[in-house]
Amino acid sequence: MSTLLHNVIAQTEQVILGKPHQIRLALACLLARGHLLIEDLPGVGKTTLAHVLARTLGLQFARIQFTSDMLPADILGVSIFQRDSAASGNGEFKFHPGPIFAQMILADEVNRATPKTQSALLEAMEEQQVTTEGITRPLPEPFFVIATQNPTHQIGTFPLPESQLDRFLMRIQLGYPDAQAERGLLAGVERREIVARLQPQMQAAELLALQQQVKQVHASPALLDYVQAILRHTRESARYVHGLSPRAGLSLLAAARAWALLHGRNAVIPEDIQTVLPGVASHRLQSVQDVQTSDGDKLARELIEAVAIP
Amino acid sequence: MKLSAPLIYGLVASILLVSAPHAEHLPPWVVAVCAMLLAWRTYLNWSGNALPPRWLLLTITLAGVGGILISFHTLFGREAGVALLILLATLKLLELRTARDATVLIQLSSFIIITNFFYSQSIPTALYMMFTLLVIMATWAHMHTGTLALRPRLRIAATLLLQAIPLTLLLFVLFPRVQGPLWGMPQDAYAKSGLDDKMSPGSISKLSLSDAVAFRVAFRNQAPLREQMYWRGPVLWDYNGLTWTQGLEIRSKQPQLDNLASPVDYTVTLEPHNKTWLFTLDMPTQVSVPATLTYDFQVLAKAPVNARMRYDARSQLAYRANVEEAPYQLKRATALPSGFNPRARQLAAEWRNSLPGDEAILQTALRYFNREGFVYTLEPPLLGNHAVDDFLFETRKGFCEHYASSFVFLMRAAGIPARVATGYQGGEYNELGGYYIVRQSDAHAWAEVWLKDRGWVRTDPTAAVSPSRVQMGLNAALPDNAVLPFFARTQSPLLLKLRFNLDAFTNQWNQWVLGYNTERQFAFLTRLGMEDISWQKMAINLLIGSGVLVGLLSLLMLRQLYTHRKDQVQALYLKFCRKLARAGLARAAHEGPQDFAARAARSQPQHAAAIQNITAHYLALRYGSQPGKHGLLALRRAVAAFKI
Repeated sequence: MSTLLHNVIAQTEQVILGKPHQIRLALACLLARGHLLIEDLPGVGKTTLAHVLARTLGLQFARIQFTSDMLPADILGVSIFQRDSAASGNGEFKFHPGPIFAQMILADEVNRATPKTQSALLEAMEEQQVTTEGITRPLPEPFFVIATQNPTHQIGTFPLPESQLDRFLMRIQLGYPDAQAERGLLAGVERREIVARLQPQMQAAELLALQQQVKQVHASPALLDYVQAILRHTRESARYVHGLSPRAGLSLLAAARAWALLHGRNAVIPEDIQTVLPGVASHRLQSVQDVQTSDGDKLARELIEAVAIP
Repeated sequence: MKLSAPLIYGLVASILLVSAPHAEHLPPWVVAVCAMLLAWRTYLNWSGNALPPRWLLLTITLAGVGGILISFHTLFGREAGVALLILLATLKLLELRTARDATVLIQLSSFIIITNFFYSQSIPTALYMMFTLLVIMATWAHMHTGTLALRPRLRIAATLLLQAIPLTLLLFVLFPRVQGPLWGMPQDAYAKSGLDDKMSPGSISKLSLSDAVAFRVAFRNQAPLREQMYWRGPVLWDYNGLTWTQGLEIRSKQPQLDNLASPVDYTVTLEPHNKTWLFTLDMPTQVSVPATLTYDFQVLAKAPVNARMRYDARSQLAYRANVEEAPYQLKRATALPSGFNPRARQLAAEWRNSLPGDEAILQTALRYFNREGFVYTLEPPLLGNHAVDDFLFETRKGFCEHYASSFVFLMRAAGIPARVATGYQGGEYNELGGYYIVRQSDAHAWAEVWLKDRGWVRTDPTAAVSPSRVQMGLNAALPDNAVLPFFARTQSPLLLKLRFNLDAFTNQWNQWVLGYNTERQFAFLTRLGMEDISWQKMAINLLIGSGVLVGLLSLLMLRQLYTHRKDQVQALYLKFCRKLARAGLARAAHEGPQDFAARAARSQPQHAAAIQNITAHYLALRYGSQPGKHGLLALRRAVAAFKI
């Protein structure tokens, strides 16, 4: 594995205790040029994770706290009339970019905002550009969104519809830390201070190069057979409301490539697919039997067990 | 294994679909009981309640068997057997617990499919059964695939059916045939004929017509005119005042026929009608099947026709028949019962006295029918004791039977030998198939009069009343189409074309599928180039053919399997897995090689290095970007050396 990635992981693990798997998944998601959705309770370290990753990777960081009265302009930016502009002498409208013009965005509690505002963010994620008042402005590269979502049964939330969930490459859960990690957390220095002192381990250009490298990771025909077998099973089985989409298939492969690269391999093996599958598929699969309480992770695990590796 | 609710619904649907056509002829109580049992099973499945206890099922079973014994007086034979089979199959649903029960039900429903063909062998029945079979196969596929959704399940079923088609065709063509209907009890060919061997004009007020096909005729050369197409059936000699009958069969001399023109050749495909009559054009001279030609020119088969039959025939349309008729036959042809129809007798006597000869009387009688306000109708009023008098002088409404009967009566009363001939008249030309369809509604009766030097002359009094009946058919003779059955009505050209298409198709089906008997089989195989056909040869060909077909299908499946195995790397790895499996370390189908290696290494630490080595080689070869020959060699050696 490249020492760069090794350093990134090591530094992040010093701050986020006891979550090596989630850190690697988040990183894999980033390397696969996808966006990440973290669904968990407040206070388990979602923000810290985003912050640490941004610092360590040397990315500009912006945090958007979503609320129910938020408007799309609060994210994308607005044009404001300035009376005496130096350039023309007369007044003109000047665009003030919103917080979305950053390399790493933490969209906190995205399901608190109204669908209109949500879709402004999601459009930007998909297109990698923002169009306001007829002018299209590209977003910076790399561009990575970590959105957090409260569990949807909480009051005053607008759960993201399936079509928008599909825009996120992965959905992960952080969960409570184990006893040892929690002890470390309680005994150690305040996280905020550590984050402030972190040194970037990577330049943005190096990250872009790594993203290119992910695309080069080999996926053999036998492996593609396996991916197809998984997709076919979700489509033919009576267990799921819908089968996985072709985009889900592409996401699965991209995430598995990133995972393989993270582990220093230049070829994907079935275990890579199996490891990223819960993250990639859990928010895209719905059980026929209990739509309300369907546990995506459990479904994904069942899916792995149901499909033989060809 | 617990059976899933959808699977049980599938089994209920299979039984329902397959027994539904039987509802038509099963005793109503059997239908009701089966419907209740099906509803009960569906409810149990829906509610998840327990199945009924065994003693209850046993009681219902015994009661059902008892009921069938009472209804049919037997448990054997077609009717009782089918009823019993369906009742028990439905009951079986209520003790459906294990996979074994489900398999039994699937086989039962497949078997019940056959029983449907005892009753109908038409194309719609065949198509419906095909659909039913598809549902049964899909249910079967469901049993074996578990969670598969409906559509892929149907695809499996359809694939299975498609694979079966070549084998079915082969069996159909080559399987040695048995003569006659396979389930041939004579009463099974229960086809209804529009004809009878007796006739009582005036006793029915409404002629029930059926558009069922009586027979189809293809002429070898030019077809004769429609008004010449008199298809001869039973000839009626004796009249008792009410009913015309054939009378006692009198051994008479051979019929004699003087031909006046060249004969007509044609082929008749006769639907089963359970009588011995073989219909031919007036007057027949030759028939290609063993048959008797009677003294009054009826052609009779050796046994009742209870299966569809094909024969070639030759007829003479211009003839002199039995010019030298035996005196006792002529006497028989003038006999009348005394005490009936005085007015008709009086009219005939007047004619006899005032007219010069037989010919003149005949013409006068025909003119009488033509001029005196007679009406052709299928719904005549009922006639009294003096049926002929009532008809001739009162009602004057009737169809062919009335006219033929009263005409012959008048002739006999005037001392002219006459008899009633029955059969079919006309036919409908199917341009698409190039043949004529004669339906039961074309049934007809006419008269034959014996004249000196001319022999028996066909005289059709109906033609005198309603010429269009004979020239153009029944629908033209009637003012209102409504009383005629669907297929005998005139319709729009489009419907007519559709109807002909349908009949041409049905004809092909009859000829090649249902009528594929020993002769057809031999002819067909000869045309295919098979020589000296014998049972043994057909059996050998059948075995070879089905062997080749099954072999081809297996090859296809093996190839699919082989593409998995063809990968040598995979083969070696599977060998390695088998070695570990023997040591109690079986790899799950979904277990990745690395995960498996880690598990195996934990469980067999002494072999950890070898396991990791083999797995690393395997991963590089199967999933790596540059699999090399060396790796394969190394893997092969490592797997060969691996011992546990």
